[in-house]
Amino acid sequence: MVRYILRRVVTMIPTLILISMLVFIIIELPPGDYFESYVAELQALGEQADLDEIEMLRDRYGFDQPQYVRYVRWVGGMLHGDFGYSFAYRLPVSDVVGDRLWLTFILSFVTIIFTWAVAFPIGIYSATHQYSWGDYGLTFLGLMGVAVPNFMLALIMMYFANVWFGLSIGNLMDSAYVDAPMNWDKVRSILSHIWIPVVIIGMAGTAGMVRRLRANLLDELRKPYVATARAKGLSPGRVLRKYPLRMALNFFIADIGSILPAMISGAEVTAIVLSLETTGPMLIRALQSQDMYLAGSFLMFLAVLTVLGVLVSDIALALLDPRIRLGRGTAK
Amino acid sequence: MTAPPRADGLPDPGAPLAHYVSDAPFDPNLDDAGAAAVAEASQLRLMWWQFRRHRIAVVSLVFLLLLYTSTIFVEFLAPYHQDTRHLDDIYEPPQQVHLFHEGAFVGPFVYGRHMTLDMDNLRRVYDETGSRVDRLRFFCRGDPYLFWGQIPASLHLVCPAEGGTFFALGTDRLGRDVLSRMMYGARISLTIGLLGVTMSLVLGIVIGGLAGYHGGWFDAAVQRVTEVLQSIPSIPLWMALAAIIPVTWSPLLVYVGITLILGLLDWTGLARAVRSKLLSLREEDYVLAARLMGAGTGRIIGRHMVPGFMSHLIASATLTIPGMILGETALSFLGIGLRPPITSWGTMLTEARSVNIVAIYPWLIFPVLPVILVVLAFNFLGDGLRDAADPYH
Repeated sequence: MVRYILRRVVTMIPTLILISMLVFIIIELPPGDYFESYVAELQALGEQADLDEIEMLRDRYGFDQPQYVRYVRWVGGMLHGDFGYSFAYRLPVSDVVGDRLWLTFILSFVTIIFTWAVAFPIGIYSATHQYSWGDYGLTFLGLMGVAVPNFMLALIMMYFANVWFGLSIGNLMDSAYVDAPMNWDKVRSILSHIWIPVVIIGMAGTAGMVRRLRANLLDELRKPYVATARAKGLSPGRVLRKYPLRMALNFFIADIGSILPAMISGAEVTAIVLSLETTGPMLIRALQSQDMYLAGSFLMFLAVLTVLGVLVSDIALALLDPRIRLGRGTAK
Repeated sequence: MTAPPRADGLPDPGAPLAHYVSDAPFDPNLDDAGAAAVAEASQLRLMWWQFRRHRIAVVSLVFLLLLYTSTIFVEFLAPYHQDTRHLDDIYEPPQQVHLFHEGAFVGPFVYGRHMTLDMDNLRRVYDETGSRVDRLRFFCRGDPYLFWGQIPASLHLVCPAEGGTFFALGTDRLGRDVLSRMMYGARISLTIGLLGVTMSLVLGIVIGGLAGYHGGWFDAAVQRVTEVLQSIPSIPLWMALAAIIPVTWSPLLVYVGITLILGLLDWTGLARAVRSKLLSLREEDYVLAARLMGAGTGRIIGRHMVPGFMSHLIASATLTIPGMILGETALSFLGIGLRPPITSWGTMLTEARSVNIVAIYPWLIFPVLPVILVVLAFNFLGDGLRDAADPYH
């Protein structure tokens, strides 16, 4: 088991290196750098740019150095917690970001739990009651979850929450707590706000998972051993609990790897619409103002979050399924 | 002499069993006719038979074909031009089409409207006086346009009455007809998915093909890159790349750029499918035969192996189109995808970006309906194609 985890962690390293290269290429792609456009903007306004400060920053972040040097510095900095400098905010990235990374993490985590909690019973119901009205209804709901863009879902839910309950559901906490340090009241405020984004973001992932769980379970239910168990007189519920459900459980954990990237994508867009205090709104602002170190560290964070999520799901799968940790088979 | 039938439908004990005798002459080949048709049918025909059984997929196919055909004649079908502004009809709610006026049949018409300014709420209020009946005209002269940007014309399928208006889905901030803009937007939104998927299909076949056939270091490299691209959430990556597109680019270049971005990052799933298929097909005897006869790599992949799994590939490619359409919509909605003056469903939805707008002018979110329908249709179509892809099962 330890060997499996070790191997899995080691294979993660080249992936992470490649991701960091890709992110670095992306943040280097726009022509010019932030300072050039900043100085040009100030000159257009007829103001004097503080050239000393700019020169200092340029020097510190090695803008006159070749690209690979800057890459190594960037990655090296990230390894000990220096994510670079946000030019738009005039602060180190880690100060600008604050709680946002944590909140993104918490939001994703709660969404996964929600997805599981909803998809599991619905998937089982759909598979055991195939072609019933309940199955059709749930399938239809699921399809809507896949087809409706989640930013639209967010808007529509905001609208109805406002009209029906007089609630304002934007944001992730009451405005009083935004800059406050983490304390019990803040946590409670977050908890009372978090469920709406969780439902919206979880919708698409849940729908996909129900569909695949249903198909998987149906395959399992058609196998001869189920017929044998039934023929021997086991009650349907017991048959289901004893065998097919346990097989489906494997898939259930492996599937997180495939829905996690999509879920984090959806979370970003939804967060922008609902103006949550997560990475989404700040990422898009950073991208629009070419504040590239800030954008780069967000991209990097989201990618690492995904990779780690898949890692955790792979390890959980290996714990659950001896075929994976003993053989050289990969997940799924 | 017939006894009343027993409850179980059987004759009385000892009585002969009633049975049916066909009078038709005996034809020994009759039974085989169906089987023979199946045996002789080409693979395409078999697939069609299989596909036809998936009702919703057929309906979706017809729906999508209609939609794509309609994008060719948008200028004629839309009641207005996409950029025509009606300064007197800003934020006008949808006009309902009626057939009967005061109990009498007059054909399709709308009630004329009168706009007043509500100075308390600072809103325009449109009331239907109910008296003026504006009958719609068909095959009529309306907004002039350049058909396909070339031929000047002004023929429309439906136009408002002389001096009247016809906004079936209301108007937007600049008094432009939402329905017409949705029809024009279909051109962009529908083609972007198709172009993107074509590109990722080509990339997927070439890259996956080489990786699967050659193996070795190239395969390992492709595997790594695929893994990396799949583990970065796509929307943030698209956002980052779309933000790089310079503001100075012309709308057409932006369109090409967004298509490239969508296609360039989406080939990984297809490449994986191609690779795994090739790995299994590589061991087949007919590939060995082709190689022994001296066929080159390109010919073996292109002529012998790709046709073997093309149908699977098209089915999975169909299932990736919805993601691209949703991606374009999301990017444009956030303001970093397509930009006005390009009209797509996503850029139209930008207008409905805040909840206040949705509350006051709810008809501005109508463009989300075609998005949902198209995404559903492609999903069903892909399901049907996937079932049909393997007709021998």
